[in-house]
Amino acid sequence: MADIRNYTINFGPQHPAAHGVLRLVLELDGEVIERADPHVGLLHRGTEKLAETKTFLQAVPYMDRLDYMSMMMNEHAYCMAIERLLGIQVPERAQYIRVMFDEITRIMNHLLWLGTHALDVGAMTVFLYAFREREDLIDVYEAVTGARMHAAYYRPGGVYRDLPDRMPQYLASRSKNESDLRRLNENRQGSVLDFIEDFTRRFPGYVDDYETLLTDNRIWKQRTVGIGVLTPERAKALGMTGPILRGSGIAWDMRKQQPYEVYDRMDFEIPVGRTGDSYDRYLVRMEEMRESNKIIRQCVDWLKQNPGPVIVENHKVAPPNRESMKSNMEELIHHFKLFTEGMHVPEGEAYAAVEHSKGEFGVYLISDGANKPYRLKLRAPGFSHLAALDEMSRGHMIADVVAIIGTLDIVFGDIDR
Amino acid sequence: MPLTPEALLARVEDALGDKLVSSKIAVGEVTVEVKPEDWLEVATTLRDEPGLAFDLMMDLCGVDYSAYKDGAWEGARFAVVVHLLSIVKNHRLRLRAFCADDDMPVIASLIDIWPAVNWFEREAFDLFGIVFEGHPDLRRILTDYGFIGHPFRKDFPVSGHVEMRYDPDLKRVIYQPVSIDPREITPRIVREDNYGGVA
Repeated sequence: MADIRNYTINFGPQHPAAHGVLRLVLELDGEVIERADPHVGLLHRGTEKLAETKTFLQAVPYMDRLDYMSMMMNEHAYCMAIERLLGIQVPERAQYIRVMFDEITRIMNHLLWLGTHALDVGAMTVFLYAFREREDLIDVYEAVTGARMHAAYYRPGGVYRDLPDRMPQYLASRSKNESDLRRLNENRQGSVLDFIEDFTRRFPGYVDDYETLLTDNRIWKQRTVGIGVLTPERAKALGMTGPILRGSGIAWDMRKQQPYEVYDRMDFEIPVGRTGDSYDRYLVRMEEMRESNKIIRQCVDWLKQNPGPVIVENHKVAPPNRESMKSNMEELIHHFKLFTEGMHVPEGEAYAAVEHSKGEFGVYLISDGANKPYRLKLRAPGFSHLAALDEMSRGHMIADVVAIIGTLDIVFGDIDR
Repeated sequence: MPLTPEALLARVEDALGDKLVSSKIAVGEVTVEVKPEDWLEVATTLRDEPGLAFDLMMDLCGVDYSAYKDGAWEGARFAVVVHLLSIVKNHRLRLRAFCADDDMPVIASLIDIWPAVNWFEREAFDLFGIVFEGHPDLRRILTDYGFIGHPFRKDFPVSGHVEMRYDPDLKRVIYQPVSIDPREITPRIVREDNYGGVA
């Protein structure tokens, strides 16, 4: 009889499969997990407290840095909470732009999730493919906002500016010759919307490529089928949302059930899993990318035909344009007051949630009528998901913990806030 | 079709009866306040009543009201706010209870009703010092190991009390009082009613 002892090991905080700064204390019986205790907070920056010391507008860029894989969606929930308290209606074009960028962000997030999850499990190729497509979407971010990641594009009352008429092109350099340039700039000849449209035409083929690499792959299935199973009852009790809840077979999606912006005009499906294991969650997310692609396409079509304002005319909330600011005393005062003192949000409280790429991202905002939030609580989807790691990984092997962390799609920016 | 806020509030009033302290509908959201001693009972009713069926606990957080409207707040200091969602019925509810004692805020833990509150209650304990009775593992969660104080209370400075550095003589990391002062670049302003003659 071999002598078997229980071990306690540290997983992380510096571990490539920990997706950031997760410290996991694992109690093991041989190689079987008896208890997993995640220690979080290593990235705690106190965003909620910092926001209490900043004006409403100054806190927008903080939102990007929460879940730094789906930047604009965080801003979206925050702006929606402010708009709800102010009682302002966002212009229709801005709503379409927001929906389009939410879905672009969802694809970006899922591509990164797919790449890293597959990499953790041992499939290197998918990572390279996924990042190639992600680069195109980051270029769209950059063309529209000037930043590749931390966009600060959504503002209370709309979005910062309209979509540009021109997609930036590659320039000649030592590493790019004439024919390379022509190939790279081929789909960048028109506006940003043309580029996005071209992307939506290409993208379903790319998803097919990823699926040929993984969906029927024997190793991938061995690592994910039956791993981290969540029954619908447990998924609800543990507060799971988003693809994890849908992977367990519950057709709950805020975009359908409690539609915000113009999601009620979009035509798309909600993919639902059956068994609630890691493989089903993989299938759900893959299908979600295809559905997001459809939504983007519908938004592009609408945006091409319907010009209009992208931010409200109320200058107590949104700045006046530069031209009128320089020729009109009233607008100059508005601009000055808005960027020094900031907007005043009426007393009250609001909870605004969006169907974030990871689940339900909610912003609970309490205002006492000041130019700063009184209390801001960010409901991060990953926080509930990681809390369930203990239950999901019990009885599995160490290697499966890595697969479960991958399938949970956690990012420490929003768990630790 | 989801219920209107008014219809939902009527149902909640029916189910809770005299346990309801106050209720409000604002910006399309229903807020219900209950007494802390009824906390567990109210939560159980909200989950199990078939017409309400709040099966998902979305969010639980603490709030420190001591600086509300620059100190004009009267009443208990700490509140616990829970956001509930019913997937079956497709409606949401905000539930609030003020902790009776300002110096030692205590409230019952909801862990047996919604296991999802586990980390949320740890967070509220960590950041506000609200004690959840019956929680099996009420450790700090977001702050550092050995952290002192509850940083999201309004009397806790944004810059904190201690900072950390490596001491080359002692050859280890030490804590020392902070060397920076909190700065307020944009002052916080609550405007009086009828500011600028606008109603």
